Amino acid sequence: MLEIKNIVKQYANHRALDDVSTRVEQGSIFGLLGPNGAGKTSLIRIINQITAPDGGAVYFDGERLNPNHISRIGYLPEERGLYKKMEIGEQMLYLAQLKGLSKSDATDRIKHWFEKMEMQSWWHKKVEDLSKGMQQKVQFVATVVHQPDLIILDEPFTGFDPVNVNIIKEEILALNRNGATIIFSTHRMESVEELCDSIVLINKSKKILDGKVKEIRNTYRTNTYRVEYLHQEETLSDVEGLFTIVGQETTADHTTLTLQIADGKTINDVLVHLIPLVHIHELKEVVPSIHDIFVQQVTAKTKTTINETLS
Amino acid sequence: MNKILLIIKREYLSRVKKKSFLLVTFLVPLFLIGIYALTIYLTAKSFENNEATVYMIDQSGLFAGKVENTKSTTFLEKEGDIAAEKERILTEEGKTFLLVIPPDVATSSRVELFSKETASFGVQGDVTDQLEEVLRDKAYAEAGIDRATVESISPHVSLSAKEITDEGEKDSSAGAAMGIAMALSILVYICLFLYGAQVMRGIIEEKSSRIVEVVISSVKPFQLMMGKIIGIGLVGLTQFILWIVLSTALMSIAGTGMMGGSGMEAQVEQLQEGGVAVSASGSETGMVGKVTQELAKVDFQTIITTFLLYFFGGYLLYSALFAAVGSAVDSETETQQFMLPITIPLLFTYILSFGVLVNDPHGPLAFWLSMIPFTSPIAMLVRVPFGVPIWEIALSFALLVGGFILTTWVAGRIYRVGILMYGKKASYKELVKWFRYKG
Repeated sequence: MLEIKNIVKQYANHRALDDVSTRVEQGSIFGLLGPNGAGKTSLIRIINQITAPDGGAVYFDGERLNPNHISRIGYLPEERGLYKKMEIGEQMLYLAQLKGLSKSDATDRIKHWFEKMEMQSWWHKKVEDLSKGMQQKVQFVATVVHQPDLIILDEPFTGFDPVNVNIIKEEILALNRNGATIIFSTHRMESVEELCDSIVLINKSKKILDGKVKEIRNTYRTNTYRVEYLHQEETLSDVEGLFTIVGQETTADHTTLTLQIADGKTINDVLVHLIPLVHIHELKEVVPSIHDIFVQQVTAKTKTTINETLS
Repeated sequence: MNKILLIIKREYLSRVKKKSFLLVTFLVPLFLIGIYALTIYLTAKSFENNEATVYMIDQSGLFAGKVENTKSTTFLEKEGDIAAEKERILTEEGKTFLLVIPPDVATSSRVELFSKETASFGVQGDVTDQLEEVLRDKAYAEAGIDRATVESISPHVSLSAKEITDEGEKDSSAGAAMGIAMALSILVYICLFLYGAQVMRGIIEEKSSRIVEVVISSVKPFQLMMGKIIGIGLVGLTQFILWIVLSTALMSIAGTGMMGGSGMEAQVEQLQEGGVAVSASGSETGMVGKVTQELAKVDFQTIITTFLLYFFGGYLLYSALFAAVGSAVDSETETQQFMLPITIPLLFTYILSFGVLVNDPHGPLAFWLSMIPFTSPIAMLVRVPFGVPIWEIALSFALLVGGFILTTWVAGRIYRVGILMYGKKASYKELVKWFRYKG
């Protein structure tokens, strides 16, 4: 769907994107993640052709990005807004026509969406007369009304109230099931982690990692497990060549151990050792969250740069 | 191209549909007519209530029985104490005056006029005229000149100014031209600011309501800027054309009504003879007649055409600059630091147009100001009523077109970066940086 190749964006005295490459698969939900100021919005603006890159190129369905692609992209910017004194219906028509729809097509689609979102009576209202939540719905409809193949949502769930977040999440997933590719951009990684198929992590203008969420997690597995067993007097201790205990919590009737399994051993080997000793209640692999991986990567990188500077 | 039309349509319709637009469009001509009618009414009124009584205490004895009453002033001779008379006229109703002629009036030529309220020019003129007549008679008599002979010698020269132009000789119209030139310079000056500021405000509104990012993900920033500029410019043109049509219609209705009861001309003539602005030639036509005559000599078609062309050209040039300013700020209060360079050339030409340009419309300063795109919208319009060769207009307009292409290009480069910069206070240095950004 989208192939981003070696993008460089240079502002006067700061580089917003430094040789960033990644790809977004057709029909996937893609997370563009990174802290504030990492360069996410700069990349989105390049994909939307609001600004042009200083180096590199973006390919949309194999074609180099060009103005014909504009009508195939729907964009919900982080900074949201509508014309305050314009009627909602008229405003939707205007925005949809700017995306290249004919007037009659635009009217049909808007009516369809207004029915779906239960906003039929809003047509002649002005934005300033709507509540914040209503405005957000309008803004969302404006993003998707022209049936884009690629929907880019910048910080989609900030500013929406919880009820609307769920409504909109459902709509986004429905659009995705119908074939639309979705890009979520956010600094709150945990909010989209479970939605995304693939991600790219950006920090300080540079790509840290990208790929399928499952694969990334596999790569960053540390062979750590959490074992919960019924409380007992006798305590467990490290077993040389099998596991080390890296954490222990005790409640009234349960003890939870976090175990780091030694290289070359599996959880089965550990269970063989544990079963005669304790009454196991629960067993779970400790999988790092994207946020953990991000923190780990960023600190690792900072450490190496510090070390490099020191030596 | 299709999208820019959509933008123009929105900008145009959203403004023309506003109640304030209709209100201004219809009220301004009414207001103008109102002022016109009011002036005429008040002038007429001031003559109606002008019956004044002047009590005359003649200590010189030169004027007894010789002063004649005029249409509006009655002279009554009085004897007695000046102080007591002063008291008395204070109690009397209407316009009453006390004229004191000292004994030595023949040598000093000084008299005093007392009244409750300020004496109007009309009364003052009547008094001095009548006294002068009497003194003149006396002087003629003493010198042995027959008054009738003097009056029969009355040379009169009538001058008619002609300009030699390509189309042959035509009547010159310096007075009316000057008036129209000044009116045009005021109109263009005000309108360039009015509509330029609308462009700026529109952009600030889009920026502060954050709609701009949604829109420019569909169209190029330059398209949005040009759409807005052209849309608002068309609003301005619509307004002007409606003003011209409505004013002409109303004026002609009001005009026929006015000329029917033409007490006006006689009254104005009286005013002139009353001694304020005495025109030497025995004018048969009054001021209104003269103005009408002068106006008839002015080539309105050319003036209106050049006005519309230069207004639109100047508007495009300046509104591009206003657009750049609007894109660089977050609110209207921040615009001031950038407004100065926009205001200076306009203000400069505007001030000059009253002093230098009107008096020397074909001089080198006027010529160059009407060539430079930043000043030509005002300077050329000031010159046009005086007659400007076609080649000069063509050259100056070509330069103006070049000028606005340049400013819109520069403004476009600043605009595309500026509209996405939220909450950042821009400096001139910053604007230069934005201008240099790629893509």
